[in-house]
Amino acid sequence: MTAELGHFALILAFGIAILQMVVPLVGAHKGWRGWMAFAEPAAVTQFLLVGFAFATLTWAFVTSDFSLQLVYANSHSAKPMLYKVSGVWGNHEGSMLLWLLILTLFGACAAWFGGNLPATLRARVLAVQASIGVAFFAFILFTSNPFLRLDVPPFDGRDLNPLLQDPGLAFHPPFLYLGYVGLSMAFSFAVAALIEGRVDAAWGRWVRPWTLAAWLFLTVGISLGSWWAYYELGWGGFWFWDPVENASFMPWLIAAALLHSSIVVEKREALKSWTILLAILAFGFSLLGTFIVRSGVLTSVHAFANDPERGVFILMILAVFVGGALTLYALRAGAMEAKGAFGAVSRESGLVLNNILLAVSALVVFVGTIWPLFAEMVFGRTLSVGPPFFDAAFSPFMVAIAVAMPVGAMLAWKRGSMARALRPLAPVAMLAVALGALAFAVQTGRSALGPVGVALGVWVIAGSAVDLWMRTGRGPLAGRLARLTRLPRADWGKSVAHAGMGVTVFGIAAVLAWQQEDIRVAQIGAPYAVGAYEVELRGVTEGEGPNYRTQMAEIVVRRDGRDVAVLFPEKRFYPVAAMPTTEAAIKNGVLRDLYVVIGDPQQGGGYAVRTYIKPFANWIWGGAILMAFGGLISLSDRRLRVAAGAAKTDSRTGGVPAE
Amino acid sequence: MRAVVLACLLWAAPAWAVQPAEMLDDPALEARAREISAGLRCPVCRNESIDESEAIVARDLRLMVRERLLAGDSDSEVVAAIVARYGEFVLLRPDTRGVNLALWLAGPAMLLGALGIGIMTIRRRTAPAPETLSAAEKARLEEIMRS
Repeated sequence: MTAELGHFALILAFGIAILQMVVPLVGAHKGWRGWMAFAEPAAVTQFLLVGFAFATLTWAFVTSDFSLQLVYANSHSAKPMLYKVSGVWGNHEGSMLLWLLILTLFGACAAWFGGNLPATLRARVLAVQASIGVAFFAFILFTSNPFLRLDVPPFDGRDLNPLLQDPGLAFHPPFLYLGYVGLSMAFSFAVAALIEGRVDAAWGRWVRPWTLAAWLFLTVGISLGSWWAYYELGWGGFWFWDPVENASFMPWLIAAALLHSSIVVEKREALKSWTILLAILAFGFSLLGTFIVRSGVLTSVHAFANDPERGVFILMILAVFVGGALTLYALRAGAMEAKGAFGAVSRESGLVLNNILLAVSALVVFVGTIWPLFAEMVFGRTLSVGPPFFDAAFSPFMVAIAVAMPVGAMLAWKRGSMARALRPLAPVAMLAVALGALAFAVQTGRSALGPVGVALGVWVIAGSAVDLWMRTGRGPLAGRLARLTRLPRADWGKSVAHAGMGVTVFGIAAVLAWQQEDIRVAQIGAPYAVGAYEVELRGVTEGEGPNYRTQMAEIVVRRDGRDVAVLFPEKRFYPVAAMPTTEAAIKNGVLRDLYVVIGDPQQGGGYAVRTYIKPFANWIWGGAILMAFGGLISLSDRRLRVAAGAAKTDSRTGGVPAE
Repeated sequence: MRAVVLACLLWAAPAWAVQPAEMLDDPALEARAREISAGLRCPVCRNESIDESEAIVARDLRLMVRERLLAGDSDSEVVAAIVARYGEFVLLRPDTRGVNLALWLAGPAMLLGALGIGIMTIRRRTAPAPETLSAAEKARLEEIMRS
């Protein structure tokens, strides 16, 4: 019964979304306040109804109600509770419901916190947001209904894909969707501004927190996925340039660009039409990602609801929204005349360079991702575009960004001086080169990747520290230290996020350049050396988990005669899903990860064992966490919270002084 | 019962990637084999190199790479032999023949284009701003300085 109520709530919300799409828009056009005011209660009601529908589906999963087809196909009564709950979004239909829940949540947030927006803009934003909702309500109700019942309820379910029964992956989709869908707010603001025909500093200040929030959720979501791949897939890879990964990475890159360009709109009222375009593109790439993941047009390791009919539906949504927005853009963008002029050497130019590098790198990923499809359809060539291409074509952009970042961040607004920006960075550059050279000297006969990674990482991390320090002005040390704590949080956020980027760049370079791998048949009780470590397989035992069977090995790792770690890698078998998984055992460390995987028993006795020493692996995700944390600090800045009060402090919207 | 047997078979089936038994004794040759395998796509998998894949055909390809290396082939000859059999689909690094050139040049071309547009726009925007004060502003400034 509850499932039917949930279904009904979903249909009701669909109806409200249709009204919310039309009524406020007409109201804003005609200037009817009552019609405009309809948007807020509608947005909140939509959220409550979808929330109820989501709760009923979760309830069905928690209570293992196998009369629901979705629960039967994706759950099992013996599954741990965490995965019963995460099973709600571990499948196509449920994840679309989560998508809708988040979409309506953002709509409701715009209604709750949008009190200070100009009434017409708010009405239009909410109407555009509702139109996205309408498309996805239709999608879920007509092609992917999660509330379908089975005529004869089976005794037990078919279990969730064992690979997905993992804490890292349980929370990966919600964060990813918060990011994807969060970009819909930037899109709604962009389209509303185009309808309105007006973009000003207040608009920039409004869009920035939403984009920042979406970007930081995407950062967390992507890094959770990457971390999961690292420990779950069994050989310690963290990024595979798979179409589905690219699908989440492209919006991230564009969102990062949008984040920076909206700063220029806010502070200098320049780059307006470019920022609008980026906002449209960012959400466009989110929709494209949804299409790629759910249509199955591109083969990917993440198989997920490959259904051509659904793919066509999403493609139509994509075409209507991006096509419509771009048409509107072509008609209206001319009206967005820029105000703030700036010199060739200035913070604005630095941010333009940032935008160019990020946007073009996103396009490179895009071209590489769809190239196999394109080549097959147009030229009849069946080919692959894999990691070697992306490594070669994409990495240079990240290197360029890392090189330019500290300089651009130091330049003054409007008219900067290269010499003044470079002077405090000179010691940083020397430190970076020195440490890079040191790394080169310590390693022998390996690629240049490691030293370059060290130099770039140091350059970016120390550069952001110097940037923060220079903001404290001049004078005695004590005064500057005191000022350091009182700097705006946005400055802190910027430096922390930039430093996080440096940490990630270093981590990736270090692990790729210096990792050691050992694959062999290990005999029980016979130690062997891997790098500076000694590894010994002590034994293998059979065991039983809640919904799987396991072979667990005990492996001791020693260094200089001392035990460093005792690791228990597993090979599991999930009988319901008839799927084996490997559970690597990892001893995490700041300087290195020890990573062991147990394989099959061999004919001549012993077991296949893989051992990896992965230096600085955790820095990859540590840097991502820093980036997200920087975004969070920046989001808590008073100036952004004041942004909610932009209408109140109207005198300030004309232009914010250039620091 | 049959399910259990099948499960046990799967359980014991050779899984994941390179097996110790497949590896060559000569470390230099083995390193080359790994390098080559990382660039070849498993023909039946979704998006994995033969180095990572668990599929039987990937294993056969790994063995074939090693056989050819032992026979004294160069890296490119090994790759060419496998491409001749399975088509360019197995190349994870697309070649630069024909239309693929566009794929490789897309990044640099877009970057140059974007930089060009960016520089032009900034140039145009930076219409020479009045560096000196106008007469009225000078008068006002003097007034302020006097007071």
